Amino acid sequence: MKRLDRSELIFKIIAYVLVTAFVLTTLYPFIYSISMAISGELAVTLGNVVLWPVDIQFDAVKALIIGDRAKSFWISYTNTLFYTFYGTFYSIVISVFAAYALSKTNLIFKRQISFLIVFTMWFSAGLIPTYINYRSLMVNNRWGIIYAFGVQAFNILLLRNFFKGISKEIEEAAIVDGASDFQILTQVYLPMSKSAMATVTLFYALNRWNGYFWNMRLVQGTEHPLQVILRGITEDAQNTDIITNYPYSEFSLVYAAIILSIIPVIVVYPYLQKYFARGVNIGGVKE
Amino acid sequence: MKKAIKMNEEQLKKLRDEEILIGLEKTRWQRYWKLIKKNWQVYLMLIPVFLFFYLFRYRPIGGILVAFKNYENYAETIASSDFYGLYAFKFIMFGPQADRFWQAFRNTFTLSTYGLFFGFPIPIILALFFSEIRNEKYRSITQIISYLPRFISTVVITSIIALMLSSGNIAQAPGVLNSFFTRFGWIEKNTPMLSMPRYFRSIYIISDIWEGAGYGSIVYFAAIMAISPTNYEAAKMDGANKLDQIRYVTLPGMAPTLTIMLILRVGQMLNIGYEKVILLTMDRGTDIYKTSEVLSTYVLSLGGLTTGASQINFAAAADVFNSFIAMFLVLGANFISRKVSDTSLF
Repeated sequence: MKRLDRSELIFKIIAYVLVTAFVLTTLYPFIYSISMAISGELAVTLGNVVLWPVDIQFDAVKALIIGDRAKSFWISYTNTLFYTFYGTFYSIVISVFAAYALSKTNLIFKRQISFLIVFTMWFSAGLIPTYINYRSLMVNNRWGIIYAFGVQAFNILLLRNFFKGISKEIEEAAIVDGASDFQILTQVYLPMSKSAMATVTLFYALNRWNGYFWNMRLVQGTEHPLQVILRGITEDAQNTDIITNYPYSEFSLVYAAIILSIIPVIVVYPYLQKYFARGVNIGGVKE
Repeated sequence: MKKAIKMNEEQLKKLRDEEILIGLEKTRWQRYWKLIKKNWQVYLMLIPVFLFFYLFRYRPIGGILVAFKNYENYAETIASSDFYGLYAFKFIMFGPQADRFWQAFRNTFTLSTYGLFFGFPIPIILALFFSEIRNEKYRSITQIISYLPRFISTVVITSIIALMLSSGNIAQAPGVLNSFFTRFGWIEKNTPMLSMPRYFRSIYIISDIWEGAGYGSIVYFAAIMAISPTNYEAAKMDGANKLDQIRYVTLPGMAPTLTIMLILRVGQMLNIGYEKVILLTMDRGTDIYKTSEVLSTYVLSLGGLTTGASQINFAAAADVFNSFIAMFLVLGANFISRKVSDTSLF
């Protein structure tokens, strides 16, 4: 261990203190949300919950899972699972195919095709033309939502850059063995691109899981995803100024819904995080 | 694997000869056709992405015509409405409601300038601090936690903000942050902070930092880690204390990353996420618009996508204006980035 001089030591102490403070600030809203979701009605309405739960009860959580608030909540939850599952699959398939084709050096019109994709990163038609386009293509049902969203130029380029770095020797060996392009893609490229694939999957899945505005705008009540319902529950809670006869506070209900909506993200996150820090850094996209 | 490659060298040669033969075809198109036939699977793979980009990225561009037409109802077709020329542009910029347009324009720049001023340095400082933590376990745990908010939805974040800042009513005590601020005498009791124009920018920017600073530090952290430790040793030999080391070793070492990130950020100045603004300000009265309405939310509101009433062609005109300025900002930023650092987004 090398000796630290005074300024280094002071800086290190400051670093530890501030990083810890930052992390606690990051965690606080999550801990607070859990506490609010499971605290007693009186403690919540009087504002006695500051960090840890007070008078623990699970009525709000129960109401959402099996109680009288469960129906619309679960419908929207299933919708979100549907959008995330099929949507991510759809986006990944298109992006991987495109990235594979673009990584080929002998692709004809390669520059032109890359340009068509990159152009969408500089210029978008705008919100109103986009909306008119969705209307004219009848993007107003659950499959429409799957098809109309999801492929992003950035992710295609990220995958393409990664594919380009894959050793050509192995690929040529596979060609000699008579492998087709589909086989090369699925059996050579994909197993060697785990971190890039994990990053892109994470980005696409999160966009689907977290999407709000267009889902709210384009599809109707029973097809609304979780985020739209969650927003509705928040609105209702803030506008309630009569004392309800539920055994939990309306605020607890919102926090319970929040917690239930982020559980899948929190569960998947630790497994994917080791990939995306690497994936983000290869995203130094260049033509 | 190496052996297999050697054994098949002849076959490889045959493959390459085939490509040379294709190169000898008479016309360009014959060559292309041969290439496509040879690698037909690759071209098949391009069909889905072409379809997607045509339908959902290029097809909407035709809709820009709406800005130049008398298009008042989404049920109309664009072709059937009359041509209006630049009327809609004149109306929004100089007409009786021009103030609202310019206010949205100013708000967009004010919000992103503040965001840049406060939001840009914090991930850098955070990355510096992370690099000081030599206990690997503690560092990776704190880093992982700090990225987390980036993965939480805007709806969840704005809901938490709304409840924590809520001013309370008969049935519910004020939110935890609201009572905290009251206790410290920063605000009056029961102030509805989210409905007041003066607090909007701080709320927006502070929550943005909470959300993105950890994730934003990834890039800078990688840049700091790439600096060779011998540089620090050399600086220490010359008697540099920690601040000198940061100034003369760390910052110059991460200069390329800093430049690119700054330029890219400037390029994104106009692209303020409308989702967060809408979610923070929906149903909070119109007073809040004084500071919260940005160009994109102005377009959505005028276009009837967040409110009932709509003046679609006016909204589209503002939209076109926004898209083009945004494009020039991005292109300009990219151009400068390519000049100064050889690195660019495209």
